[in-house]
Amino acid sequence: MQVTETKEFKPKIVAFCCNWCSYAGADLAGTNRLNYPADVKIIRVPCSCRVNPMFILRAFQRGADGVILCGCHPGDCHYTTGNYFTRRRMALLFSMLDYLGIEKERTRVEWVSAAEGAKFAETMNSFVEAVTKLGENKRLGDLRCKVK
Amino acid sequence: MQSEMIRRAKELLADGTVNRVIGWKAGEFDYDITPAVFTCPEQLDEGFLYNDFCQANVSKYLIKESRKEGKILAFLKPCDTYSFNQLIKEHRIWRDNVYVIGVPCDGKVDVDTVKQKGLQGILSMQCDGQTVTAQTLYGEEKFDKADSMSDRCLNCKSKKHVAYDELMGEEGEVLDSHRFDMVEKIEAMSSEERFNFWRGELSRCIRCNACRNVCPACTCEKCVFDNDASGIAQKAAADSFEENMFHIIRAFHVASRCTDCGECSRVCPQNIPLHLLNRKFIKDINEFYGEYQAGEDTTTRPPLQAYTTGDVEPSIVYQKGGNN
Amino acid sequence: MQRIGVFVCHCGTNIAGTVDVHAVAEALKMEPGVVFSIDYQYMCSEAGQNIVKDAIKEHKLTGVVICSCSPRMHEGTFRKAAASVGLNPYMVEIANIREQCSWIHKDKQTATEKAIILGKAAIAKVHLNAPLTAGTSPVTKRALVIGGGIAGIQTALDIADAGFEVDIVEKNPTIGGKMTQIDKTFPTLDCAACILTPKMVDCAQNDKIKIYSYSEVTDVKGFVGNFTVTIKRKARYVDETKCTGCGECTEKCPMKKVPNEFNLGLDTRRAIYIPFAQAVPKVATIDPDYCNMIKNGKCGLCAKVCGAGAIDYKQQDQFIEEKYGAIVVATGFNPIKLDNFDEFAYSQSPDVVTSLEFERLTNAAGPTAGTLLRPSDGKHPHTIVFVQCVGSRDTSGCGKPYCSKICCMYTAKHAMLTREKYPDTDVYVFYIDVRTPGKNFDEFYRRAVEQYGVHYIKGMVGKVVPQSDGTLKVQASDLISNEQLHIDADMVVLATAIEPDKSARSLGTMLTASMDTNDFFTEAHPKLRPVESPTAGVFLSGACQGPKDIPETVAQAGAAASKVIGLLVKDSLTCNPCVAHSNELMCNGCSACEKVCPYGAITYMDKEFKMPDRTVAIRRVASVNEAVCQGCGACTVACPSGAMDLKGFSNSQIMAEVDAICK
Repeated sequence: MQVTETKEFKPKIVAFCCNWCSYAGADLAGTNRLNYPADVKIIRVPCSCRVNPMFILRAFQRGADGVILCGCHPGDCHYTTGNYFTRRRMALLFSMLDYLGIEKERTRVEWVSAAEGAKFAETMNSFVEAVTKLGENKRLGDLRCKVK
Repeated sequence: MQSEMIRRAKELLADGTVNRVIGWKAGEFDYDITPAVFTCPEQLDEGFLYNDFCQANVSKYLIKESRKEGKILAFLKPCDTYSFNQLIKEHRIWRDNVYVIGVPCDGKVDVDTVKQKGLQGILSMQCDGQTVTAQTLYGEEKFDKADSMSDRCLNCKSKKHVAYDELMGEEGEVLDSHRFDMVEKIEAMSSEERFNFWRGELSRCIRCNACRNVCPACTCEKCVFDNDASGIAQKAAADSFEENMFHIIRAFHVASRCTDCGECSRVCPQNIPLHLLNRKFIKDINEFYGEYQAGEDTTTRPPLQAYTTGDVEPSIVYQKGGNN
Repeated sequence: MQRIGVFVCHCGTNIAGTVDVHAVAEALKMEPGVVFSIDYQYMCSEAGQNIVKDAIKEHKLTGVVICSCSPRMHEGTFRKAAASVGLNPYMVEIANIREQCSWIHKDKQTATEKAIILGKAAIAKVHLNAPLTAGTSPVTKRALVIGGGIAGIQTALDIADAGFEVDIVEKNPTIGGKMTQIDKTFPTLDCAACILTPKMVDCAQNDKIKIYSYSEVTDVKGFVGNFTVTIKRKARYVDETKCTGCGECTEKCPMKKVPNEFNLGLDTRRAIYIPFAQAVPKVATIDPDYCNMIKNGKCGLCAKVCGAGAIDYKQQDQFIEEKYGAIVVATGFNPIKLDNFDEFAYSQSPDVVTSLEFERLTNAAGPTAGTLLRPSDGKHPHTIVFVQCVGSRDTSGCGKPYCSKICCMYTAKHAMLTREKYPDTDVYVFYIDVRTPGKNFDEFYRRAVEQYGVHYIKGMVGKVVPQSDGTLKVQASDLISNEQLHIDADMVVLATAIEPDKSARSLGTMLTASMDTNDFFTEAHPKLRPVESPTAGVFLSGACQGPKDIPETVAQAGAAASKVIGLLVKDSLTCNPCVAHSNELMCNGCSACEKVCPYGAITYMDKEFKMPDRTVAIRRVASVNEAVCQGCGACTVACPSGAMDLKGFSNSQIMAEVDAICK
């Protein structure tokens, strides 16, 4: 899938990937030369459960337009239970962001195994497409005071 | 009730069961009541109060008080006992050093609610359980107590004491309240409307930290917002991460631990309905992971410290549809 | 301020083809703290590594950023290079500009810009890196095997063979487990006792192996390399060191009506007993629930006849504490209780038996001395119905959702052996599917059908009704011909689902070893680490991990042993230094971190603190055992105060990366 990007807007996307599954999946996407937009920048974490909601909020506040979190499939966590906690934390966080009026398409959790290079690329393509459609993140820069 | 409480407190002081009492006393105005510790019968006679204005939740004070020498007597309202249990669960209160007497509560008068009705120049206020009588600069005003209570009391979740050593008055029950009605109303708005609603509310925040300081779930030895190493606290910059995200971060920090006592909204000088953030988490937890009431007991795991293999995926947020 | 060196790799044209590597090196040179920046054709080559080493020495670098391939590829290489010239290896960070940049982008400008941002993020992280030292912990060179069935026996023998001491804790009076009750083994039909009992004897005679029979593990403390285990030695009222196993007492004991668990209650034993002739250790045990002497002080006959003076009615449970470096769980399985399966009339008729009971009824050492006789009247059965999947693959909630794996094969074995010994017997097998994946398994099953004429019928038995004439009316459906069948059977044999032993759950809690919803122990990785528990130092052997037949169990037992040996040969363990760390000054002691830790690495203690007002306060604070922590970071997010942080992936490091990317 190729994403048609508008010339004016290139989203900033932060992707948190767990070291054991998703980061390896991203590497596999690279090895297989599967394209996805350069707007996606990956941060490696040991486990998806290392991702503090603060990191996601921080990214948005610093100007990210979308944040995606990738981990091992539930049940396959390298640390056995990490992604189960991730799942709960993110379900609640995303629901809260939606409640605050943040476009829900800006956040996503996806389970990508080390063997799923193609899924990784597809996921990134569809996520970038969704965020591009939304345009610049104006709402979550500063909830408290002003529209950015 | 008040005289009965003082009598029992004196007894327990006299027989050495406790050496202090935590309760309430009048502040600057008679409707402005504040938690206080009493150490002798004279102080009790002089200042101890229990009436329709005793809103404050005293459980948080027990973290420090229970670590002092000797046992303290605490009078807890039903909703205070939930906070108390939650703090026991988190090993914050030393249970052995507290003697808890459960006292009944049928909702407290909230001065801010009264003021929002347009009442100005209030000099004093009394309540006989049914009618609130206010003396103002412009004369006397009377109104129903039911009209002068805040959301948390109108939608009281429980009249039952979940922790006590002895009980005064009749024991109540867990209520089937409408506390999530407002959350549902906000959920039904469009994304744009929700954003504007919250921006309107949160933009009034002056970061006085009152919500944090009163919250019985915010009991950290050192708050992340005061800790330079946390990566959140940034005192110098006005447009900082800390300022921008304070309320979301705080709500998440207390998620699955918040008992919905409503103190945050009560103390907010800007009248921001902060409890609606916490209630959203509580409502989601109930829907996603099954009914859970923080503080109901001292052993059940908070839902964010537990999981099942069949939990809902975060994508449930998209599936719920709703409006953008 | 760090002094950072940046090294941009061309990887031939792999990176340089799409990324302007020189421009990247130049751009990153401008970043604060960067004192050296260079690009080179192959950074991982010896010449490339020398560039890194020389620069570290020459420019007194305190941090290194390598822009190259994935850290999964060469992070170790560059860390080693840095360490060789005295820079802490954890001061090296990799910016992945190959797999995650040059290989997926075509436009050179886009790729170059992205590579610069990835480089900046790595530099931002290195600024906050701190030197980390991997700690070590010593290894107690002794293993514990919990469970003395074939899995535990094989593991213990293999470990002992490598020269390490190993203890077996078995809750029954003898080791041997379920295999002792089995008559013949599929698909070779060799006698189970003939292959098992020599191994049991080997265990007893091996001076590296100590057997704690009639014992249970009651407490486990410590961590990989350093477990302290409390073992309860249940009172058997017989001095093991004196008893010769002559059996005099078991013949004289007047209490004859004790259900014999070895024969699944199909016959009786005495109150003092040796489970079977080849028991190891061959020592008598008094059953205190039935012994008159222990119950009311009357009798004492066994003490009188015992020539060795081994009987001790006053014996008490003993608790001993031992230290181990590794623990192997081999707690095995049991057939499920059939309370939920009334339709098969198991509780109504003695002629409806489980497969394990059928095993005893055909065993030469069993209650019928190997002659197949109906339990109700002792007559030869002429029609036998075998029912498969009783409680297995059951999604109704009455049984188990999984396949018990061994039933298809042992049912084929039972059916075949019955037809061989008693050709006049009609044998029916009702099945959902016949699953025979295994060496010579399908051939075996086909022999049962083709050579021995066993009637295999695809379909489930709906009801078994005991008749007044002693027969059993079996109502079933044949799914292929789609007709209802009524068979008058003399015996019905239920291929009962197997489940983990009941002791597994509490043991899992003690070991902080994770289990699935069926109480099977979870392996560290379902494909790549199948014999290790996610808890370091705990290994899995046999059916405690999932249903298994004997060859699989023995294979896994050997694999677990080799993993244990691999651990015990080490004098000390190097720990992963990227572990959680709790700042005691900020810790609330709320236990949130402990609840999400999959390894039980976090403990609490009450500690005295000098407060700013010069008072002393006692506070409950968390501490992380660095030898146990695997560094997942779940605790760091659960911690409300931010006291818990992860070394190497700290909050501030990750936020710095976020900031650099979003700038």
